[in-house]
Amino acid sequence: MASPPHTTLETNAPPGSGSAMERLQCILEREDFPRLITVLQEQGFEVIGPTVRDGAIVYERLETAKDLPEGWTDAQEAGQYRLNKRQDHALFGYAVGPHSWKQFLFPANSRLLSLHRDGNGFTVETPAEPAPRYAFIGVRSCELRAIAIQDKVFLGSGAVDRTYAERREPLFIVALQCGVAGGTCFCVSMQAGPRAETGFDLALTEVLEETRHYFVVQTGSDRGAQILAALPHRAAFPEEIQAARRITDHTARTMGREMPKADIPALLKANYDHARWDAVAERCLTCANCTLACPTCFCSTVEDVTDLTGNHAERWRKWDSCFTLSFSSVAGGITRASAKSRYRQWLTHKLATWHDQFGSSGCVGCGRCITWCPVGIDITEEVRALTQTAPPTPPAPG
Amino acid sequence: MKPAAKPKLAVWKFASCDGCQLSLLDCEDELLAVADAVQIAHFTEATRSVVAGPYDLSLVEGSITTAADAERIQEVRRISRRVVTIGACATAGGIQALRNFRDVREFTEHVYAHPEFIDTLEKSTPISAHIRVDFELHGCPVNKHQLLEVISAFLARRKPNTPPHPVCMECKRRGLVCVMVAHGTPCMGPVTHAGCGALCPAYQRGCYGCFGPKETPNTRAFSDYCGGAPLGIDPGTLARLFSTFNAAAEPFQKESNARKP
Ligand code: SF4
Ligand code: SF4
Ligand code: SF4
Repeated sequence: MASPPHTTLETNAPPGSGSAMERLQCILEREDFPRLITVLQEQGFEVIGPTVRDGAIVYERLETAKDLPEGWTDAQEAGQYRLNKRQDHALFGYAVGPHSWKQFLFPANSRLLSLHRDGNGFTVETPAEPAPRYAFIGVRSCELRAIAIQDKVFLGSGAVDRTYAERREPLFIVALQCGVAGGTCFCVSMQAGPRAETGFDLALTEVLEETRHYFVVQTGSDRGAQILAALPHRAAFPEEIQAARRITDHTARTMGREMPKADIPALLKANYDHARWDAVAERCLTCANCTLACPTCFCSTVEDVTDLTGNHAERWRKWDSCFTLSFSSVAGGITRASAKSRYRQWLTHKLATWHDQFGSSGCVGCGRCITWCPVGIDITEEVRALTQTAPPTPPAPG
Repeated sequence: MKPAAKPKLAVWKFASCDGCQLSLLDCEDELLAVADAVQIAHFTEATRSVVAGPYDLSLVEGSITTAADAERIQEVRRISRRVVTIGACATAGGIQALRNFRDVREFTEHVYAHPEFIDTLEKSTPISAHIRVDFELHGCPVNKHQLLEVISAFLARRKPNTPPHPVCMECKRRGLVCVMVAHGTPCMGPVTHAGCGALCPAYQRGCYGCFGPKETPNTRAFSDYCGGAPLGIDPGTLARLFSTFNAAAEPFQKESNARKP
């Protein structure tokens, strides 16, 4: 997605800057920010971004920049989330909330087919409505990584998922370089943030100074450069770029959590019978919230329904979870009946066998499963307990 | 050619508030489709005209609380090809099962001017304690979409889609903000059977547990957490959370007993 250097911007490039990305940094003033949303809407995008609803910052359709959570922040802990007022007027002064972008690219409920009886046969209809053309505003580095992981799942593993592909292909991404680390964030230890380097069309760093409020903008694609060209902007001065850098550096130093440094896949695979699984199963409600809040979890179930006449049937796909019994129900019974086996399946897939299946960890350190677990079970704490009490595992290769 | 006879549907009432039967009448738009698909042969809440049995599908509302009803339910079973219980009373004994944990005579003395005329059993019991039940639909009241789903599934001879997973799954699929995490409101969603579509969380209320226990409910861990620091719910309140419409459903009953101060 890298674009060729933009000539006018390149001539204004600050001396001694590093990558091509860094040469393309511009300034968008706060008062011009609303134009970004308008321009995207004019280009036919449905703009989705953060907004306050029901005591949390969620992702929803934005009409104007006024819908953004200006002056709001959040306090997050295991099983707890509270909205708080900030002392300033930051538009993006909070961490990730209960929603993730997956609900737009991989909808929680989607109709796959309708069937209609017609004489002795039947007709099959696939949904005809065109997929929405989304522009996401405020996508964090961990979330970009999560989208890349789901790309692999839905587009890059053989079969292509049509619902996902139709939404993903036209997607315009405005990333946000995180200015605040949440209480449950640990992207640094998953090498997933807080600075986004690729996978976006535009990336913003919000800078709040005593008397100024502006955005340092990086372009990541030709489309991004075109949208930026339609906005009032100028090349960034080195001190502005440094200010932006300091912000993400600070975020990196203030992570709320850390995933233990260990060869986690080897650790988990060597400890299927560890007593910690029994301990966590005592606390786990098998409620599935962690999996549904997780931006990388991709499991679904398929439901077939008929109507009263028996002349119409529909096939629906719905988000599912490895925490339900039906998930592991096969001819002959349920293979993961205990809470222990279900929690262990989740954690082991996420952090160990995901590597075998998709070539990376399934966790990007966003902290959602920790915050939105109603009883505050913490993935980093569970892994830490295993590292501290498990017999040593052989060193990681390489 | 004579069209095949429509399956005969009967609706029966035992000890209940009629709310579940009303869910069927509530179907409004779909009610005509129901009447097209089945012959409503016995539904005294809706019509006085009764077609004699046997019936293909009997929907049973209410619990068994009298000796007469304990006999009547046997007759319902005898004349029904399929028996489906609808609602918390019929599947778990209902709110009236609170008597199961106390002296019912004491209650009647408080409530009735002439308790000597009250002839009732010690316990309120679900239909399945008396007869073989083909399917149980949960809820207080049942959800009308689920009720239609059960009838449609019966007609198509397939298994109804009424998953026993928790309300939380419906809540997250709807993109609701968790009231437990974001507001500190105790919510029974994680231990409660899905079916309502996360109605209460959608109005920023905690789930009341109307649909009874989910599959493998970890009620103890739920209560331990609610009783701990972040929420600080006292044991009496916890016991009451589990003693409502599904008080006699085993996992809820055990939990309320364990929490009683
Ligand atoms: S496992 Fe938890 S921290 Fe990791 S990506 Fe999923 S929700 Fe985020
Ligand atoms: S870890 Fe937490 S969110 Fe996940 S299933 Fe268990 S109790 Fe629910
Ligand atoms: S609000 Fe209730 S039902 Fe919804 S996720 Fe939270 S605990 Fe579960």
